[in-house]
Amino acid sequence: MLRKKECVAMLLAGGQGSRLYALTNNIAKPAVAFGAKYRIIDFALSNCINSGIDTVGVLTQYQPLELNEYIGNGQPWDLDRAFGGVHILSPYQGKKRSSWFEGTANAIYQNISFMKRYDPDYILILSGDHIYKMDYAKMLRAHKETGADCTIAAIEVPLKEASRFGILNTNPDGSIYEFEEKPKVPKSNLASMGVYIFTAEKLFKYLEADDENPASSKDFGKDVLPAMLAAGEKMFSYRFEGYWKDVGTISSLWESNMDLLGKEPAFDVSDPDWKIHSRNPLAPPEYVGKNAVLENSMVALGCEIEGTVKNSLLAAGVTVEEGAVVEDSVIMAGTIIKKGATVRYAIIDEDVTVGEGATVGEASDKVSIAVLGKGIRIADGACVAGGKILDKDYSGE
Amino acid sequence: MALSTVGVIFSHINDHNLPEIANRRTMASVPFGGRYRLIDFALSNMVNSGVTTVGIVVKNNYQSLIDHLGSGKEWDLARKDGGIILLPPYSDETEAPYTTRLEALMGITGFLTHRSEEYVVLTDCDGVAHMDISDIVRFHEEKKADITMVYHEEAETGSSYYMTLIPDETGRVKALAINPRISGKVNLYINVMVMSREFLINTIQDAVTRGFSSFGKDILTKNVDTLRIFGYRHEGYYASVACLKDYYARNMELLDKKVRDELFGARDIYTKVRDSAPTRYLSGATATNSLISDGCVIEGSVENSILFRGVKVGKGSVVKDSIIMQDTVIGNNVSLECVITDKNAFIRDGRRLSGCEEQPYFVPKGRML
Repeated sequence: MLRKKECVAMLLAGGQGSRLYALTNNIAKPAVAFGAKYRIIDFALSNCINSGIDTVGVLTQYQPLELNEYIGNGQPWDLDRAFGGVHILSPYQGKKRSSWFEGTANAIYQNISFMKRYDPDYILILSGDHIYKMDYAKMLRAHKETGADCTIAAIEVPLKEASRFGILNTNPDGSIYEFEEKPKVPKSNLASMGVYIFTAEKLFKYLEADDENPASSKDFGKDVLPAMLAAGEKMFSYRFEGYWKDVGTISSLWESNMDLLGKEPAFDVSDPDWKIHSRNPLAPPEYVGKNAVLENSMVALGCEIEGTVKNSLLAAGVTVEEGAVVEDSVIMAGTIIKKGATVRYAIIDEDVTVGEGATVGEASDKVSIAVLGKGIRIADGACVAGGKILDKDYSGE
Repeated sequence: MALSTVGVIFSHINDHNLPEIANRRTMASVPFGGRYRLIDFALSNMVNSGVTTVGIVVKNNYQSLIDHLGSGKEWDLARKDGGIILLPPYSDETEAPYTTRLEALMGITGFLTHRSEEYVVLTDCDGVAHMDISDIVRFHEEKKADITMVYHEEAETGSSYYMTLIPDETGRVKALAINPRISGKVNLYINVMVMSREFLINTIQDAVTRGFSSFGKDILTKNVDTLRIFGYRHEGYYASVACLKDYYARNMELLDKKVRDELFGARDIYTKVRDSAPTRYLSGATATNSLISDGCVIEGSVENSILFRGVKVGKGSVVKDSIIMQDTVIGNNVSLECVITDKNAFIRDGRRLSGCEEQPYFVPKGRML
């Protein structure tokens, strides 16, 4: 076998995800459950393997235990390979220095030797916190055709939201003349998706230069990309059309989950031509009881449903007892909603117990999502107000 | 903990009992319980009891079984030493492949000789049980038995070939009968047996020299008095799948929570994964008292039924008291009652099919109606 990989993917999965509050107390954001079965990182990993990229470095830093365990040897994504495959890259102690990853660029820089082992021509940089289906092979083809040193995937966003993103200002041929990180007055609505392809040699060169620059914050968006542009390197945008969502906040995570529902969902996870791979729960089929009501919902294996479930997503092994109502909510694996309890507009983490007759969240037009952290218990009859975030047992007093 | 026992599963021996479903596949790969194949239960029992090497005896039509088992990793049986080992028939031009269990065993003496485990557990795939093999092996050791046969109390069987046994108070079998008339409760042998590996190899070699052909007739029933044959009473869940009526009833039983807890509650049942998306219920869907696997899209109504993976139920359709296997597509305004559809069946808009519990209406694999 050729001891070489044309393209190596580096997946940034070290983010704390502090805006997901109780959901990321003990796990990294990419390991957060999504869509009744998946974890956020499944989408980037599935995109890699579906695009023919079989060598992926996953850079972890914050609370990596669960993420490491989830990825394991990469077999669920067909990434257990004799040469290549998925590798967890944690910060390490070197001979000269040891340090945490200081920024996105520094995290990649510290793993240059990993990339070089595969003698790659191209490096694909990904974030582990986006929900989308994208063929990176097409983007790589575009990168080769334009002869770019760096290609940045970009998507049109509503202009009023553009100041939340890194914005690309481009010429008609797609080449980038300006890169603005979260501009107050955006000139265009073309947002960077945080997906970059670099010609490997150029990336290594700029990462090494960036490391030696004490003024740099070691960030791709703030430092490396502007430096390349300033030096006159060829940088192109690659237009992506389709569903893409940054699930970095409670409300965007909730919205993105809801996008999976319906006859023609905004985001289809059951596309046979673009399978989303994940670890599969070991559970029998779900049981739907004699008085159950199910409407516009997604339900995973092992659930036992006796109550009413509407506009919601239930992950593996969730129990909804008789008379309980779950509406417009995301319920993660193993949670129990006891008799007569009501859950509305909520995200409930794994292994939570909502006691009999308890109320969590409230229906409102102005969506404010209640969040219950992993393993907590809401006492019988307790009332958790809409938008409230809890990570400890709650008695209602 | 590893158990010094090697497993042997006969994938095909009871195929003739369930001709509708098993004519194109082995009994082992007959779908069951919404997302499993019958062999999953035998394999999971072995793995959960610490058996890490399982020889699977196959004869013909085993493509679907190979596809299901893959490397064995879903059962944690992709091992450097042992794991899943397929044992196809061994014959040359002059010999036809074997027909009986004993002849099948003669064909796998090489496999048995090369293992190093102390005991062998042999099982068929005509039943679904939750049993701990290590308990049976311990019983076998304590009784210093030559052969331990596992039985379950039953009042009837749909099988065309069966054995009943009568143990004394110590468990030693005093009488064994093949196909006796059944009245009242009997101790039905459920095709799970434990022996020492050495005893099995010697028995097979002896049978070869004497020209025996039937394990039941020539070895078991003839030697009840001379061999130490013991009966192990299986107390837990056991569902025999010996005919289509059984098949229907045993699947439907899973709608009872007590039965589900017995079969699925205590330990994991492993099976092939397919990376299906979770099941989607659309507006207007209703589902009650049903067991529904992943990857389904339900727009109609489902009642007292079992849906395997990837089933689609169209708008206005009613699926009642039915078993719908993998990837069956049910169009709009269809009515099904007491129907079993095999994999990839396609029921066109407006069709109405019905059977009854004794004789469910069966739609063969891939059939378009």
